[in-house]
Amino acid sequence: MALYNDKVIDLLTNPHNVGDIESPDGEGTYGSPVCGDMMKISIKVDENDVITDAKFRTFGCGSAIASSSIATDMIIGKTVDEALKITNKDVLDELGGLPAIKIHCSVLADHAIKSAIYDYAQKHGKTYSGLEGFDPNADDEDTNHGCDMELHLPKSLSEIK
Amino acid sequence: MTKSIYLDYSATTPVKKEVLDAMIPYFTELYGNPSSLYTIGQESKNAIAAAREQVAALIGAQPAEVYFTSSGTEADNWAVIEGAMWKRKQGRHVITTQIEHHALLHSGAYLEKEGFEVTYLPVDPDGFVRVADLKAALRPETTVVSIMFANNEIGTIEPIAELVQAVREAQEGFGTKILFHTDAVQALGNVHIDVKALGVDMLSISGHKIYGPKGIGALYIRKGVNLPEHMHGGGQEAKRRAGTENLTGIVGFGKAAELSRENLETHIEQLTKLRNYFIDRVREKIADIRINGSLESRLPGNANITFKYIEGEAILLLLDMKGIAVSTGSACSSASLTPSHVLTAIGVPVEEIHGSIRFTVGDFTTKEDLDYVVEALIEVVAKLRNISSVSAESGF
Repeated sequence: MALYNDKVIDLLTNPHNVGDIESPDGEGTYGSPVCGDMMKISIKVDENDVITDAKFRTFGCGSAIASSSIATDMIIGKTVDEALKITNKDVLDELGGLPAIKIHCSVLADHAIKSAIYDYAQKHGKTYSGLEGFDPNADDEDTNHGCDMELHLPKSLSEIK
Repeated sequence: MTKSIYLDYSATTPVKKEVLDAMIPYFTELYGNPSSLYTIGQESKNAIAAAREQVAALIGAQPAEVYFTSSGTEADNWAVIEGAMWKRKQGRHVITTQIEHHALLHSGAYLEKEGFEVTYLPVDPDGFVRVADLKAALRPETTVVSIMFANNEIGTIEPIAELVQAVREAQEGFGTKILFHTDAVQALGNVHIDVKALGVDMLSISGHKIYGPKGIGALYIRKGVNLPEHMHGGGQEAKRRAGTENLTGIVGFGKAAELSRENLETHIEQLTKLRNYFIDRVREKIADIRINGSLESRLPGNANITFKYIEGEAILLLLDMKGIAVSTGSACSSASLTPSHVLTAIGVPVEEIHGSIRFTVGDFTTKEDLDYVVEALIEVVAKLRNISSVSAESGF
C-alpha cells in the first residue's frame, strides 16, 4: 500500500492500547465527529507522577488511529512532565512520517494527551509548566487543527474548493 | 492467496478483452494518421468512422453529431464554457446543480471568474433536481443549463427529459435559445440514452466507464447547434476539435460502445440484482447504517452506504488490506479535506458523510465476491466501532 508506510498500516490493523481505563486518573477528548476525528484518552498515574497506563478511543481516519496508538505507547512509562514535552513532530517521527495532507491527524494526539493530563492536574491539584497557557476547551484556529466543516455546497466561486 | 475484488466501477472499469483485441492492430500495424491520404491513413480514417457510428448508436445520435475528446471532463468544459462564451451577448447566466462532478463545478467557477453568474440548483433529500427549482431559476439572460444525467456518488438518475421540457417552455416565453447540456459520463452504458427523445443539445460521455480505454471521451452536439470549436489546428473532428485523433482510444471506445449496446438489458438487470443483494445483506448484518440517495431511479450498480460512528478512510484502508477496492465521501480521503458535496447537498449530516462508502458493482462482479465483501465489512466495521470514541449509545 503506497499511501502510508508499513508502520502506520500495522498500527491501523493492530492498534495498541484501545479502550477505556476504569476509574482513570485523567481523561481528555479532542476533536469532533463533525471534523472527522475525535480522540479520547485516559491515563493512570502513580505516586511518582509516572504514567503507568494509557488507553484511547478514536473516531477517525487511518492516520488518526495510528497516531493515537503510538502516542499512548509513547507516554506509558514517562513522567507527566516528560509526556507534556511530546510534540506533534515526535508523534510524526515515531510513525515514520505521514503524507503531507494527513499531518493534521497527528496534532490530535498531542492535544488529547495534554487534555488528559490537564484533567489529571485539575483533579489532583497539580500544576505543570508544560500545561501553561493550555486550555482544553479553547476553540481557536490552532486547536481545531484546520477543521473547517461548514457546509460545502457550491453557491458561488469562493465556496468551491 | 490474496483476493482482489474491485467494487469501484464508477471510478473506472477494466478494459474488456474484446475491446483490447480491437485496439491492438492500431498500435503497431494500422498506425497511419487518419489525415494521410495513403492506404494506412485511410484505414485509420475508416476505423474512426466506424467507431463514431458505434458510439452514436449507443446514444441514439447521428455519427456526425459525435465529437471525440480526450475525456468526459474535456467534453464538459467544452460544452459549458464555450457554450456560455458563445452566447454571452444573449446573457451571462448559467444554471447547473450542487451535485455535479468537479468537471462541471470548476467550469462554473471559471465562468464566475470571467464575470458570469452561475446558479447551482439544490436537490431533494433523495438526490433529485426539482423541475420547479429549475423553472424558478430560468431567466431571459440564461444561456446554458447543465444538469448531470446520473450522479457519480449516489447514482441518482435525474429527470432529464422533463428538465429539458421546462427549459424549452421557458425559452419560448423569453424568445431566446438556451443550450441544454448533460454530463452522461456515469449514465452511459447503465441507462438507456436516446438524445433525440431527451431533446438535449449536448451530452458528455467517456470511454473508460464502459470497459473501454482511458483518455477518450466524446461530446454529442445536436445537429444545428453551432457550438464553437475549442481546439484550433488541423481541422480534425469536422474542424471543431483539432489534434491528431487518439486512434486506438477511439477504436476501443467504439468497440466498448458496441458491446455495451448489445448487453445493455442484461447488464442493467444483472447489476441491479447484485446491488440489491448486497444492500439487503449489509442491512441484515450490520446495524446503524444509512443508505444514501434514492433507491428508485438509480444507476444499477451503485450503493452508497454510511456506517455510523466510524470514518470512511479507515474503512477503505482495512478493506483494501483484504483486497477490496471501494471509495469514500469522507473529507479525510479528499485532496481538499472537505466532505462530499453530493452527500452534503442531500442533507447527510457531516459526521455521517465521513463514514460513507461507495460500492459500485460491474460486469465482472459475482455474488460470491459480494458475500466475501459483506463478511469483510462485518469484521472491519466491528473493529473500527470498537476503536471509535463514538458509539450508538453515546451518539455523535
